[in-house]
Amino acid sequence: MIGSPDVVAFTKEDEYSQANPDLWVLPEEFSVPLHPLADSNPWAKTSYAKFTKDFILISEFSEQVGPQPLLTIPDDPKICGTFDLNYFSLRIMSVDYQASFVGHPPGSGYPRLSFVEDSRVVLGDSKEGAFAYVHHLTLYDLEARGFVRPFCMAYVSADERKIMLQFQELSLRFSQASEYLKAGNRRAFAKELQRKLRDLEYTHSVLQREEGLQREAGPQCMYSAHAVEKANELANVEKSIYEHRDLLRQISSYHRHPRRDPHAVTCQKCITECLSECEELLEKYAKFSGPFSYANRAGTEEERQGRTEIEGVEEEEDEAIKRRLSYTPQLIKAKSAKCFDKRLKTLKELCDETFYEATMELLKETERSFRGDLCYLHTRRLDRALRKKLRVTDFLFEEDLGHDDEEDVGILRPFCAVNHAADNYTLQNPPHIVLGPEPVELEALEHPDPQDPVSETGHTPESELRLGQGQMDSSPSDQTLETQESSEETKGSFSSDKSGVGPAEKPQSVASIKSVAPDPDPDPDPDSDLTPDPKHNTDLERESSSEELETTGGEDENDGDQTPVSLLEVVSELEASREDECEGLAAEVHSDLLVPIDAACCMAQEGFLYEASAPETAPHQPSQVLVVNQEPHALLPIQNDYTVGSPCSESPTTGLELPVGVLCDAVSHAEDGSDCTMSASTGSDRAASPIGYGGVVTLRQRRRAGQGALRFVRQYPFAIQALWCLLSGRTLVVLGADEGRVRRLVAALALFVPAPGKCGERIQAWLSCPFTLTDLQRWKLIGLQRVASPVGSSMLYSLSRYSRYIAILDADQKTLRCPAYHGKLLSNIADHRTYIRRGSTYFLHLQGTLCRLAAKAFLYTFTHHFHLTVSFMEGPEVVEGRRRCFLQEQLGLSEEDSQILLYLSQLITQQYLHPSTGSSSAAPCFSFNYTTSLLYKI
Amino acid sequence: MLRWILGGREAQSSVEKNSVLCIGEDQPKNCFTELQVLKGHFDIVRFLVQIDDFRCASAGDDGLVLVWNIETGERLQELRGHSQQITAIATFTCNNGHTSYTSLITASSDRSLSLWNPDTGNRVQTISDLQSSVKCLLVLERLCLWLSGGEELCVWNKDFQLQCQRQNHSDTGITALIELPKNCVAAAMDKEIVIYRLMVAADSSVSVAEIRCLSDHQDQIRALINVNDGLFVSGSHVGELILWDATEWNVLAYEHILWEEPQSCAQAEIRLAAPKPSEMSIQHLSTNGRLILAAVGSGLYVYSVLTKTVVAYRKLAHDSNVLHTMLLSDSELMSCSEDGSVRMWEIQDLPLPAEPASSGFFGMWTFGRSNKQTGPPPKKVMEIPNIRMLELTGDLIGHSGAVQMFVSFKENGLVTCSTDHLLILWKNGERQSHLRSLALFKKLEESGGL
Repeated sequence: MIGSPDVVAFTKEDEYSQANPDLWVLPEEFSVPLHPLADSNPWAKTSYAKFTKDFILISEFSEQVGPQPLLTIPDDPKICGTFDLNYFSLRIMSVDYQASFVGHPPGSGYPRLSFVEDSRVVLGDSKEGAFAYVHHLTLYDLEARGFVRPFCMAYVSADERKIMLQFQELSLRFSQASEYLKAGNRRAFAKELQRKLRDLEYTHSVLQREEGLQREAGPQCMYSAHAVEKANELANVEKSIYEHRDLLRQISSYHRHPRRDPHAVTCQKCITECLSECEELLEKYAKFSGPFSYANRAGTEEERQGRTEIEGVEEEEDEAIKRRLSYTPQLIKAKSAKCFDKRLKTLKELCDETFYEATMELLKETERSFRGDLCYLHTRRLDRALRKKLRVTDFLFEEDLGHDDEEDVGILRPFCAVNHAADNYTLQNPPHIVLGPEPVELEALEHPDPQDPVSETGHTPESELRLGQGQMDSSPSDQTLETQESSEETKGSFSSDKSGVGPAEKPQSVASIKSVAPDPDPDPDPDSDLTPDPKHNTDLERESSSEELETTGGEDENDGDQTPVSLLEVVSELEASREDECEGLAAEVHSDLLVPIDAACCMAQEGFLYEASAPETAPHQPSQVLVVNQEPHALLPIQNDYTVGSPCSESPTTGLELPVGVLCDAVSHAEDGSDCTMSASTGSDRAASPIGYGGVVTLRQRRRAGQGALRFVRQYPFAIQALWCLLSGRTLVVLGADEGRVRRLVAALALFVPAPGKCGERIQAWLSCPFTLTDLQRWKLIGLQRVASPVGSSMLYSLSRYSRYIAILDADQKTLRCPAYHGKLLSNIADHRTYIRRGSTYFLHLQGTLCRLAAKAFLYTFTHHFHLTVSFMEGPEVVEGRRRCFLQEQLGLSEEDSQILLYLSQLITQQYLHPSTGSSSAAPCFSFNYTTSLLYKI
Repeated sequence: MLRWILGGREAQSSVEKNSVLCIGEDQPKNCFTELQVLKGHFDIVRFLVQIDDFRCASAGDDGLVLVWNIETGERLQELRGHSQQITAIATFTCNNGHTSYTSLITASSDRSLSLWNPDTGNRVQTISDLQSSVKCLLVLERLCLWLSGGEELCVWNKDFQLQCQRQNHSDTGITALIELPKNCVAAAMDKEIVIYRLMVAADSSVSVAEIRCLSDHQDQIRALINVNDGLFVSGSHVGELILWDATEWNVLAYEHILWEEPQSCAQAEIRLAAPKPSEMSIQHLSTNGRLILAAVGSGLYVYSVLTKTVVAYRKLAHDSNVLHTMLLSDSELMSCSEDGSVRMWEIQDLPLPAEPASSGFFGMWTFGRSNKQTGPPPKKVMEIPNIRMLELTGDLIGHSGAVQMFVSFKENGLVTCSTDHLLILWKNGERQSHLRSLALFKKLEESGGL
């Protein structure tokens, strides 16, 4: 954590030979160097990663263009920064270990679908500073080569150990996502097969009729070239009908296929649904259904070869038939289309829409839950595990953990994308098996998301029409290989040289790969192309993307030059954040919250990593030794403090050259492990801050509120009284004319409200009507609008009427009216001369104090002798005496401090007796006491 | 308190003019440190009646009768059936052999009477289409009969069968009914009290005969209660308090409560205006057999039955009319008022004149004089040395409307009902806390640990 020299010192051999170790001197590994090198930040180890935070990448090995990134989650170009997704896609797609083989296996007449299990690999690219958990999966596409489309989902992080240690969970989640996708894909594939079979049958009937006509025409042309061609064509069609029928049989037998994958648990309902669907289809096409079923219409349509027109003409032509048959069969051309003429289906089209959305949701959720660096994840997990045991007092001051439970349950229950248990939608309206033109219209209506390459190519209506165009045998084409090569070249040239990175790191990463999966393919050639030329790169990118655009039939979106765009955005973001700083408040909070948390995380990290027996960590892989021995990376870039000097922000106009400069910088700094500029240049956006890593929104809000609370404590000398009121259960009314100020105060003070409820039900931030006793009972902290009107006077009336139950903080005149507080318990959190300067520090300090309070309250509540008599001999006054003795002498609490404890104890009791207050029909109790209030002025 | 919120510009006149005691927020003798707001009514809640040790029923203008568990604050039953406001409610305890069983009788403006089972919420009996709406109910448990008073007086048995009926000549009808010894009943009708005698024949048929009409009151009788077996008392709109002999029906004592201005004002000519009748109207009477507590206007008046003298009084006990009072003991009493508060009082001995007393008290130090007009000559109150004072010991503020009534469940708490549609259950916080701890350890034991 602190640096390798410290670690060496710790493990040096003469440790035991020390004569008299001074017990009071901190062990060296805990000491912080007093004068760290000026340019080094001990917490931020250099990461070479060009992306600012972890993301999920979905890539495809396209048979047309080779490996290509499809989308990232979060879908934000800023995340990836200068990171070359194309190159990385190539890397991750090149380690596909799915035991896949396609095509015609020897001995079988028909092409076989291969039911491949997903493969899971951890892959590192030390040059790029990127490590990834890579999950390969295969989807079926009738038009694709070998009917398969290889995809992969990757969790990309700059921290290798994060991936290694979270491997199990990552694997679990990505398996789940993969199951979603595959389930949807099977469904879509079956639908497509059905459509194709119809087309084929129709074609068959047409051809048969033609042949019959020819036969009638006379025997002389029986053996003409034309006739032979026709006969061949007919035979071909028949063959392909058999083939497709076999495919349908295969896909429907999917579920009978034994799964080796332990994670592959599927929803039983989905399975049965899918099975019945497929069987229905099979039934339908079991026999070579009526060859002349479409003959009556074939004559009229024979000459129409242009597929694109058929649909339109059909619509006018025969509405009745169309209504009956929601899909119009089309003639299949015998000649197979060129590989690049067709547009490959997007991921969304490959999988059922519902399933696709569910997968995206799941992946987004995964991304969210893995935010933060390893020690953060670990401490959070520890925290949660601990707090699960503290249900009794947990509700007092901690944010709600409710959704954590769901998380755990979600992992354990069988995966079901459409959520059969809860969601009736799919049950009520099962997707139609027969696809009509309607989905096309629907899709066309959607606004294509410019950031999303999937939707980019997916919304052209005519592309849908071309679906039937696919050929039966997709032979491997040279074109594909070429593209693959060229794209590899492209990526290679873009991957910058990092000669500064010693080869020492490479074996490690390779080893780590090996630990998870046998890796025949090590890192790509490090010396591939040493000339970083961004312009050239973008040109190439443009080329490749334009190529793609040609095939897709025209789109104005251009996803090729993401890099400069994102950089410019980073710059603008930087400027924006600086503006914010000028504004003061928000940015200040932001930066304030950042640093100490980092430090704390790093502190925790050391212990955690060397402690192999930590119960919460995932079962360790054999590679653990390798992983642990590496120098820890502190991945969270330190922001804001370092942004100023970054070249990025200085020269926004030269955005295109920036990556190079930054990279050179990175290389030059690589040795001493302090690449601040690097992390700064890309890490300045707000989303990447550790606050964002918090995940839980309420926690983030609470931390932010820490700054407000600190300001309140420092600003108001009577803050201690206000805090006492809140903690002892006296409703505090914040009165003010300015809504913003009142809301800010309420947000800050909300930290001190015990048991604020899951979503802060006991806090009313802004109220502009007179309140009643019921409101006082419900809310413990109220922001009240001061108005000069009849409403205002009635409000003042209610204020004075209920003054015995409330404390009134006047935000405008800066007065507080509440009972006197003489205790000392709160003096350390409400000291207006506190030395704490940062909101987050104060928040943690506060959390500690409140946690201790809760523990005391717990002890008090559940100690039998303080409440009940031990024997019949003693009267209630003995119990009272014991209680007082405990509170005053053992805990050293004054009268007012005891009230805090009593109130907390009361809350704990209520929570324990009625875990969910909503269930009991009785109204909640409202306790108070009759004491004189004083008016405090600033 | 209000002043600093208003920024000090508001006139303080209202505060200073108001001579009602303000006890402030420090109330060490007030043990009601916990409350529960009971919601359920949609209109003014006027009546509260105690069913047993832990249940009470509330009724109001919305025609609803709600049964509450006052230990937990739960609403146990909702008795629906009346379409208009409830005008009277009474409990009817039937003691058949070994089990006693309490049911509720309600009367409503929709001219119906209902008998309810508060355990199940069922309407057991109902009578509708009465000639007039019933204004008061009286249960004679000894005879297993009950009476309803309105424009006519009806006698019913426990099975809701009309036993006999008697028309009235008065147009105001019977406003109050009390039971007297020897099967007699006193009914307050306007300015008169009419004594009826119930005669149960051998075939258990009941007849009612008017025996006597007492017309000593000058104005409408507002309150009529039994003091003890031998006495009853009535109060009128103009402040007449008459103590009657329950068997002979003659006047034992007559007090005319006139809130007089303090004698210190020498300029007697100034108080030319007689006090408004409403200021002297006896709204409510309560007794514990030894003392009579009268709610007179916005004041309180304590009268000793034994000495037939005033014990203590306070002209301005509340900001507005006192609606309900109760004597908790010989020295403690409680009152509620239209001003939305419930106040607790203590009858204390006067401090010696030499002692410095609080200005708040002396500011309204008054010696009223019971002014007699007719009847037995009153003793000179002024000279009685043992007059004591009513000291405010606590107040309960919670309702935003007039507090109509309250029922005390002793240490279990106090229930108040109000025009703001709410009931509030006031409890002793310490006791509740203790009870909760008991429950906690019980649950802890049951579940075998946390």
